[in-house]
This record gives sequence, C-alpha cells and structure tokens, in this order.
Amino acid sequence: MIEPNPHKSLFVASAQTKQRATAEKRFHMLGLTAIFIALSMLAILMTTIVAKGSGAFQQSFITLDVALLEAKLDKKGTRNPDNLKKVTTFGYAPLIKAAMEQIVVARGIETDLTSKDMAAIVSKSAAAQMRDRVLNDPRLIGTTTEFKFLANSWIDGYLKGRVTRETIGKNKNISSAQLDFADRLIELGIIEKSFNIQFILGADASDQRPEDAGIGVAIIGSFAMMCVVLLLALPIGVAASIYLEEFAPENRLTDFIEVNVANLAAVPSIVFGILGLAFFINMMHLPQSAPLVGGLVLTLMTLPTIIISTRAALKAVPPSIRSAALGVGASKMQTTIHHVLPLATPGILTGTILGLAQALGETAPLLLIGMIGYVATNMPETVSQGLLSPNSAMPAQIYEWAKRADPAFYERAWGGIIILLIFLVTMNLIAVRLRRRFERRW
Amino acid sequence: MYKLTTTLVTAALSASAGMSLARDQIQIAGSSTVLPYASIVAEAFGENFDYPTPVVESGGSSGGMKRFCTGLGENTIDIANSSRRIKDSERAACAEQGVTEIIEVRIGYDGIVFASDIEGQKFAFHPVDIYRALAAQLPMEGEMRANNYTDWSEIDAKFTAQPIKAYIPGTKHGTREVFEENILLAGCKSSGALAEILSLNGGDSKAAEAACMTVRTDGIAVDIDGDYTETLASIASNKNGIGVFGLSFYENNTDKLQVATISDVIPSTESIASGDYPVSRPLYFYVKKAHISVIPGLKDYAAFFTAEEIAGPDGPLAEYGLVADPLLEQTQEQIENETIMQ
Repeated sequence: MIEPNPHKSLFVASAQTKQRATAEKRFHMLGLTAIFIALSMLAILMTTIVAKGSGAFQQSFITLDVALLEAKLDKKGTRNPDNLKKVTTFGYAPLIKAAMEQIVVARGIETDLTSKDMAAIVSKSAAAQMRDRVLNDPRLIGTTTEFKFLANSWIDGYLKGRVTRETIGKNKNISSAQLDFADRLIELGIIEKSFNIQFILGADASDQRPEDAGIGVAIIGSFAMMCVVLLLALPIGVAASIYLEEFAPENRLTDFIEVNVANLAAVPSIVFGILGLAFFINMMHLPQSAPLVGGLVLTLMTLPTIIISTRAALKAVPPSIRSAALGVGASKMQTTIHHVLPLATPGILTGTILGLAQALGETAPLLLIGMIGYVATNMPETVSQGLLSPNSAMPAQIYEWAKRADPAFYERAWGGIIILLIFLVTMNLIAVRLRRRFERRW
Repeated sequence: MYKLTTTLVTAALSASAGMSLARDQIQIAGSSTVLPYASIVAEAFGENFDYPTPVVESGGSSGGMKRFCTGLGENTIDIANSSRRIKDSERAACAEQGVTEIIEVRIGYDGIVFASDIEGQKFAFHPVDIYRALAAQLPMEGEMRANNYTDWSEIDAKFTAQPIKAYIPGTKHGTREVFEENILLAGCKSSGALAEILSLNGGDSKAAEAACMTVRTDGIAVDIDGDYTETLASIASNKNGIGVFGLSFYENNTDKLQVATISDVIPSTESIASGDYPVSRPLYFYVKKAHISVIPGLKDYAAFFTAEEIAGPDGPLAEYGLVADPLLEQTQEQIENETIMQ
C-alpha cells in the first residue's frame, strides 16, 4: 500500500493550487464588487432623479369662476379687437381678486386675508390666460366663465410637501394664513393636483412663475438641431469615410488626416462653441441663439465620431466581398455602393445614433452661441422659424432652471432631466436593436 | 479632411444664408442680477404686445457690455443689462465699434445682503468687521501685514467663535464693485485704516484705496463666478460660510438662509428705499439708439420696462425685490425723447 504523495496527488490540492484557487476567487469577487458599485451608483442616480423630478409632471390647479366684467375689459362695449388688446394683463388681475372674494362668500370660508393675499395664491400666469381666452373669444365678456388656473409655486410646493409651515417662517412670498386658506380650498376640491401636460409642451417662464415653465419649446430646439446634425454630419461623414477607406492612397497625407480626425474626436466641446461664435456668428453673420448655428456647431463636434465609426464598419466588411465583386467585373464604385456600403450600414447607423445622442446632451458649446438664458419662450410656427429664431435646447434649459432663485425651478430641472434621459435611452435602444438585428458575423 | 468638411459646411450654409435673417425679437444680455427682472418684463411684454417675447441671456455685467460693444447690426445684442454704470473704458470700446449713441435706463435699486446658514449664529456686521476679515493686508504696528485672522471671534468679541469663510462675487460681476466700495472701502475708512495706510505709503490715495479693496487670496475669501445658486450651494456644503446675495435671491430662499444686519439695519426694500441700508446699487440697462428703428418693439420694451405698473412701487418688479426708483418719471421721459448719454 503506497500512501498518496500529497505533492503529486490529483485528489489532494497542493498549497500552490490552493493559492491559485484563492487568487481566482479574489479576482472573481473583485469583479463582482466593481459591478455592484457601478450598479448601486446607477440606482442611486436613478432614484434621486425620479424622486426629485417626478413632481414636475404634477401641478396644482385652482378652478375659479371669474366674472369677466365689461366695465373692466371693454369700457366702450364695441368689442373692437384693437380696443380689447389695449387692456393689458394688469387690467385682468383685479378680476381674480373679485373671484376670490366671491368664492369666500359663496362657500362660507372664514379668513382674515385681504383679497390681494387671496389672489396671490393663483399663478401670475392667470391674467395672461384670461386675456388670451377673451381675445380669442370676445363673446365671453360680460359672462362668468370657469377657468382652471395654475396655483402659485409655493402653494404647489405645499401640496407636494416641499413647502411646510416650518420652512416658511420668514418667507414674504407666502404666509401660514394663506396656507390655511389653501387648506380650505383643498377640502372644497377647488385646489387639485393633476397631471401637467404644459410641462412637456409649454415654454419657459420668468422667475416669478416657475409653475408655468415647460420644456416643450426647448425640445423643439433640440429636435431642430438634431435634424441639422443628421442632414449634414451623416452624408459628409459617410462620404469622407468611404473615400478614406476605399479610394484614398496610403501616404503621409492620408495618415495626417487620420491622426487629425482622431484628435478632433477628443477636442473638448467648448472649443467647438468658440469656433461657432467666431465663424458662424461673427464671420458668416448667422443669427445668435439660433438652432441652425447650434446644429452646425454640433455637426462639427459629431463628424469625427461618425467618421471613426463608419470607417470601422467599412473595415469590418471582409475583403473577399470586394474581391468577388471586382472579380465579376464590377467597377470600384459599384463594389462600394452595391456591396460594401449596404453591409456596413448597421454599423454606420449605430455610430450615427450614438453621435447624435452625445450631441443631444451637449451644453457647453451652446453657452457661447447664446442658447442659454431666458430664451425658449416663443413657439416656432414654421420650419425656418424653428431653425432661425432664438431657441434653447433641453440640456441648456435644465442648466438654466437649476440656477434660478426660486426652489420650484429646481424641481423642474430634475423633471427636465427625466425627459432628456427618456430621449437618450430611446436613441440608445434603437442603436442596440439595429446592431442586434442587422449585424452579420463573418 | 477638416478643410473638406469646412468647405462643405460653408457651401451648405451659403445656401441657407440666402433666407431672410431679419430679426424680429429683441436680444438682451448681461448682468445675472438684472436677468430675473428682465425676464419678468420680457414675459409680460410678450403677453401684452404683438411682438415676440425678447430673448434674455446672462453673462455678467462686463460680459454683456463686451457683447454690446461688438458693433451695430442684427447679429449684435440690442440691450445690455448691467448692475453697475457703464465704464468710460467700455464707452470708448463701444465708440470704436461704432456704438456711439447709447440710451441709459436706470430701472431701480437692488440691495446686496450678507447671509449665512439658517442654523448658524446670527451676524450683525459693520463694514469694518468685513474689511478686517477679508482684506489682503492690514496696517498693523506701523507696517502692512498679511491678514492672518482666521476666526470671527478674533475680529470682534461680539461674534462667537466661527472660522471665517466668505463666498463673494467674482470680478466679472457688477456686484463685486459695490461690495468693494460700499463695504471694504467704507470699513477701511471708518476704522481709520485708510489714514494709517496713507501715512505708511506717503499719501498715495489711489494706492491706499486699492489696498483697502484688495481681497485676501489665501482661500478664506472665495470668488464665485457663477450665479447666486452657486453661492447657496457653497454655503450648504460649508455651514460656516457667509455669502453675498442679491436681496431678491435671499427673499426666495429664507428657509435656508438668514440675513445679517449691516450697521444694525435689516435689509429690506423699505430700508433700501429710505437709504438706511448702506449696501445698495442702482441697476441699469443700456439701449443702442441706432437699433430702435431696426428692431421692432425695442422702444416699446424700454418704455414698458419703466412704466409705473411694472417698475413702480406696486409693480411685479418691486414684488420680486427691486427697490423702485423715485425718479422713474425722468427715466420715462428720457426713453420717450430717446435721450442719449453725453
């Protein structure tokens, strides 16, 4: 009977083997920890965004019956549109005070508030809302009409739990008596929270009425810019790549170009912004703050990305395809257009979509060409207006909201991030699907 | 490759540049302090007139003035907002580019407040306290010495011990100048430090005033180049910090900040209007007269901005924190007559 040699046996692990096994286990754990950390970071990010931003999609509304007095809105009683326009929003504001007084009497609400303080819980956008409706339909003058006004951002914050009686101590924008009054109106169902489509479709609003601000116009600005980028960067990028990959001779010049394209892809985006300001606005005299200029700047920024990914996709097409096509007598151009390009299309599209997604989230270059500020206010009506009249973009609008004084804008900034992320995730999903669906392995 | 793309882009552009580029909305840029007021007016202007809502960008008083002075024409801004008066050097730069006729519009006054975290100690400052805490050099025992105060209790026994940390507006903000002149220089004068410096440097008053207004750079005073939200975030992360804010910003954030009194006066629109609160400054905007005939609505905007129902004591601007200008009628007249700066 021979005792198994502990150093030679296959059944008993040697010290060295054990060491290797532990090392492997350690490596395994390390990898798992890394993934765990990355995932938990992502989870923290997502929960923060959703927790802070979901409030922006809900808004508090106050439903009021307003007597549209002829004495205030059309003294002459002629219903002449030009005369009606002369009554500014300041002329409409007192109607809300009267409506508030009326509701206090009708519903038997006890309050010591003056009618001015009662009216203050309604958003400042209310006067413009009434004026627009009256100008559209002058027959309303003299009637009592039901309006659904936005509540002031502090009342809205109170309904959402952001504003409490403790935090408003010294705040001159809202008093606890106004909160008591709001409580009564909530009981009576006059103040209600509901889904706010205006946040997704509307325009930016001034510092006094965060409740009225929406990201819709900025979405259009972003969309116009993406159209410019797609229309310019895709054909230029693909043509340049095909030439470089299929036709250009290999010499120092093409090497030089190649190095430069790779370098351009790594240039910080703010540099493209300065270039855009100097070239497109100061030299070409294109309008400031226009999505066209933004799109051109982002085109310059996206081009290297598209060129690099297109060249990679062209390279991945095996030479045998080209040889076969050339072998049956196709010209070089026919080979490229009929055979190589269709096979490379999924790769090209993936690269383009990723480049667009990157451009969509870009803020820095827009800073220099005047797309950040109180800009996204006019809804463009025609295509050329969409390209040429001043507008902002989604990330620029988010940045703008995040730096305003009223805390209610902060919530909207987070809400804007949710919308931006939805766009980005959709674009990336399309890219992934295209790759899965059409990619061929050789 | 790059050249090729540029040529192609240029070609694409020259095709699109054929379209009419006539601008029909007013373009405004400048002071971030004036920005909220300007955006409130722009919004109301868009609602009440048939013109599109003006575009208001920020960029600081100096940044806005720089853009204002790049020349005349549709691709330059029409109005520069400023939290200080235009400088002679800026007017010269403007004139060089052909911007010679400028209408100055004073819209009202704004208070500058010192605020700290709401949980911390309540500060009652005099300008001299802030001067001692933040000046780069202080005259001591017959020579200029680097400021080595690090705690408020070292400056005056009335403060409880708390490390000095101040977040002040960066040099591109108009607010910085007011801070330097109305606080640092005032404190320097009232404490007798100015006289001391003068006796030390042989009577060079310009150098002495500059010495009074030089802020220490050892990390205790931090320049904030962004907006007030950045200052607020700095205070949130360092509870010992004191920040410089506009009155209206503070009034929107009273749940996070408490305001310090200056020379025992609590800042408010009333105390600023009466002149009791020492740190306030006028706010302005500047209009290119040459643009009035080109850009539709430009004069209407300026007139609307200064109308009694907007900039008056009961208007929305006063509600947001602007202190109404008692001489508003003069300004209205200037706009009506398109009076340019002399």
